[in-house]
Amino acid sequence: MKPGHGEVLIAEGDVTLAEDEQRLVEEFRRQLDAGLWAAVPLVAEGGRRQSMMVRSFSEIPQDADRVIFFPRAAGGR
Amino acid sequence: MLLVLAATALVALALLSDLIIPRLDEGWHRLRARRQRLDGPEHSFAWPRRRHREPPLVYDPGRERRAEQRARALLRSCVNEEEWAMYRDLGFIRVWGGQANGPGEEGDTGGAPYAYLVYPHKPILAYLAQTHRLLGEYCVEFLDETRPYGSARLPDSDDVLAKWMALTGDERRLIAMANMHLPGRQLDPAQVTRDLWRLKQWERARMRETPARIG
Repeated sequence: MKPGHGEVLIAEGDVTLAEDEQRLVEEFRRQLDAGLWAAVPLVAEGGRRQSMMVRSFSEIPQDADRVIFFPRAAGGR
Repeated sequence: MLLVLAATALVALALLSDLIIPRLDEGWHRLRARRQRLDGPEHSFAWPRRRHREPPLVYDPGRERRAEQRARALLRSCVNEEEWAMYRDLGFIRVWGGQANGPGEEGDTGGAPYAYLVYPHKPILAYLAQTHRLLGEYCVEFLDETRPYGSARLPDSDDVLAKWMALTGDERRLIAMANMHLPGRQLDPAQVTRDLWRLKQWERARMRETPARIG
């Protein structure tokens, strides 16, 4: 998510391919190092939608089709 | 007569100067930039160069609208159909709270169900689901300080999605980071009460429509 733009595709690939996975891991780390938060939208039991906050690449569920990065929260006024 | 006209013209000019001068300045810089592009740097104007100024980032309503459209599409793809319809029709999303004793460390709801109203670029409001008693405002921002287009604020629907993801993903962490205030600090309690009433009416209407939709 980006101000003035909305959704931006950062990287995509197939995690079963080592080359793609390496690239996705690097991009994931780069986004977190830039101070962003990462979340994976999920469909829970009963069709309920929720998200899962992830702090490392290994936490991403195998069947996740995307990870969304957004600015970290800060206390507002 | 001439004197009166001249005086009137001067007053009108003075009043319009706030509008005219920035436009003249902008036009002047645009003309200079165009001449420099056409002539190349070696043929630039002869008078002393002023310090190079970055072109100001102009607010572009078209860009903001496109950003909001992308943000709405992303939000729609993440939340469920009911939440999306709620946001589309009412302008906010309700997220159910998941902590046993209510939001925050000091909050004690006695186990009663509670929820949050998530508005774009406004505090998250916690309330008791059954009595509609307002519990508190949680002020939280998701600012991108790189300001890629001059502003640190996400599009409205992205702001709602960020709050939704943070609440459903790690409610405790988000609420702990937020600045908690008593209800009424930023959100008008009367407006919130109306929104809760609208939500109730909206849910009733959907329930009435459900058999028709299924049938």
